[in-house]
Amino acid sequence: MSQEKKQNNIAFVIGASSVGTLIEWYDFYIFGMLATIISKQFFPANAGTAALLSTLAIFAAGFIVRPFGALVFGRLGDLIGRKHTFLLTLIIMGGSTFAIGLVPGYATIGWAAPILVLILRLLQGLALGGEYGGAATYVAEHAPAGQRGFWTSWIQTTATLGLFLALGVIILIRSNQGVEKFSAEWGGWRYPFWISILLVGVSILIRMRMSESPMFTKLKSEGKTSANPLKESFGQKRNFKMVLLALFGAVMGQGVVWYTGQFYAQSFIETVCKIEFIQSRNIMLVAILMATPCFVLFGWLSDKVGRKWIMLFGMLAAVLTYRPIYQQFLTISSVQNRADKIDLTKTVASAVKVKTDSKEATKIYVTQNFDTAYTDGAVFKYTKTDTLQLGATYNALIPIDALNPSLIVSKSAKPNVVLEKILGHADYWSMIWLVFIQIVYVTMVYGPIAAFLVEMFPTKIRYTSMSLPYHIGNGVFGGLVPFLGTLIVEFSKTDQNPKGDSLAGLWYPIGVAAVCFIIGLIYLTNKMDKNVMD
Amino acid sequence: MNTIKKLAGFLWMAMAPILILFLLFQANQKITTASVAVKSNVILQWVIILLIFTPICIGFFIFGKYATAGEYDQLPGSSEDL
Repeated sequence: MSQEKKQNNIAFVIGASSVGTLIEWYDFYIFGMLATIISKQFFPANAGTAALLSTLAIFAAGFIVRPFGALVFGRLGDLIGRKHTFLLTLIIMGGSTFAIGLVPGYATIGWAAPILVLILRLLQGLALGGEYGGAATYVAEHAPAGQRGFWTSWIQTTATLGLFLALGVIILIRSNQGVEKFSAEWGGWRYPFWISILLVGVSILIRMRMSESPMFTKLKSEGKTSANPLKESFGQKRNFKMVLLALFGAVMGQGVVWYTGQFYAQSFIETVCKIEFIQSRNIMLVAILMATPCFVLFGWLSDKVGRKWIMLFGMLAAVLTYRPIYQQFLTISSVQNRADKIDLTKTVASAVKVKTDSKEATKIYVTQNFDTAYTDGAVFKYTKTDTLQLGATYNALIPIDALNPSLIVSKSAKPNVVLEKILGHADYWSMIWLVFIQIVYVTMVYGPIAAFLVEMFPTKIRYTSMSLPYHIGNGVFGGLVPFLGTLIVEFSKTDQNPKGDSLAGLWYPIGVAAVCFIIGLIYLTNKMDKNVMD
Repeated sequence: MNTIKKLAGFLWMAMAPILILFLLFQANQKITTASVAVKSNVILQWVIILLIFTPICIGFFIFGKYATAGEYDQLPGSSEDL
């Protein structure tokens, strides 16, 4: 085959594999991003039961089913081949995502709704567990010797681009429809799920045209495929010790850096810094877009200088700079630092709005907005809501100021105050750069990891062996970043500091990345296997 | 370097049971202090975490054991060694 034909072939392999993997990530993310609406639509209003079911959906899909999917599909991929296995995972993922968009809400079909959604979410987790290992193995087995890092790094961009696509589609639909229409039972939140079937359909057509990995085909024709990939991967010390090394010396650190940079950052900006919904997502979108080429850069660089040092440098940088970066987030968005910048000419208070409770006609919500403008262009919006219990039904024709005080039976002791901050231009870009730095760390640890994992295991059990540590590292260690982060912030609460240390949650990713860095430093080798034709 | 690899192995072996005990302690504390309304949810969360982390900690112990036994002194350098 001529050099040009070879390049075209590998480009097709990368394109076809990447599109499918990107769609799988997109499918997996939209559920998480729409979790609040999904829980309202599909789960009963009873808070305890809803929380229980959503815990099952979120925890079980990420932590149990993903590694289980890695085992099931990894085994299949080593037995029947990569191509058919990751075609199957794509169909399962696409089908279950589309089906979630079709399930009627709890209000219509009752308990069948949460049960169906839970089953479909578990199927999503199962499919995701099987997809990544297959795509990475497939691409690596096509890549020319000495270029494996570069070519597999394209697959690595898909997880981040999937997040980008999911964020973009949701923002686009929500901005066009408005919050109310978007959140209705058959509202716009379902569109991202329906769009998936089109994307998956195209991807299936492309993947059907692909041929099996040349290394697997050779192995199969020689009758050297594994009879029991699970036993060979985890039952034999010579391979199992490499699985453990991959997990504790590379993937667990990569997982926490990945989740902190892309999910914890967004959650922190929105819930702790109180940056407005659309602006917080725009910060993520711009930073992701700017940093994504670094996946390919570090993948390419890993072919030149080895995988180990790039990944370890990314982990070390994260360990050393996470706290200063997040401290800077707090400083930028702080109200205290702005007292002398208030622009009184643009600071306004809105008229008072009154809304009657949908179930109790004597209960009203009195809302007023206060927009504090600053000279740097920032606007901090305070929405204050008082809940009033009246002795009689509220007459909307009477202005609230003219309401007879004797009619008020009770008033909420503390008004509910919601704060949303829109940053000025300079601070907005400072936030983007701070997220960008974190995503560059992500690209350092994640860009070379597919090539690194592929080179650790022999062809006949590669799919199984690399999938499990990858999904434990990312699904379990990474996936627990938000949960354990919140838990650690809870620990930091004292009588003197009832709000706790909002940066304390970072100790979990910092701790895991530090241990992983030490293990990687001591035990990993920087040697690359130029040719994995074993 | 091989001596450091072996000595560090003892640290990983020691860390594994400590981590399990820490998680058990935390689970017990969080479950007992949870309010009735959220208790079943907190129990479920911690059961899943313990179910997942116990085998991982066992794996960490085995990793340490392999390290002390010198299994990582010489890693495969090419496909032929795999």
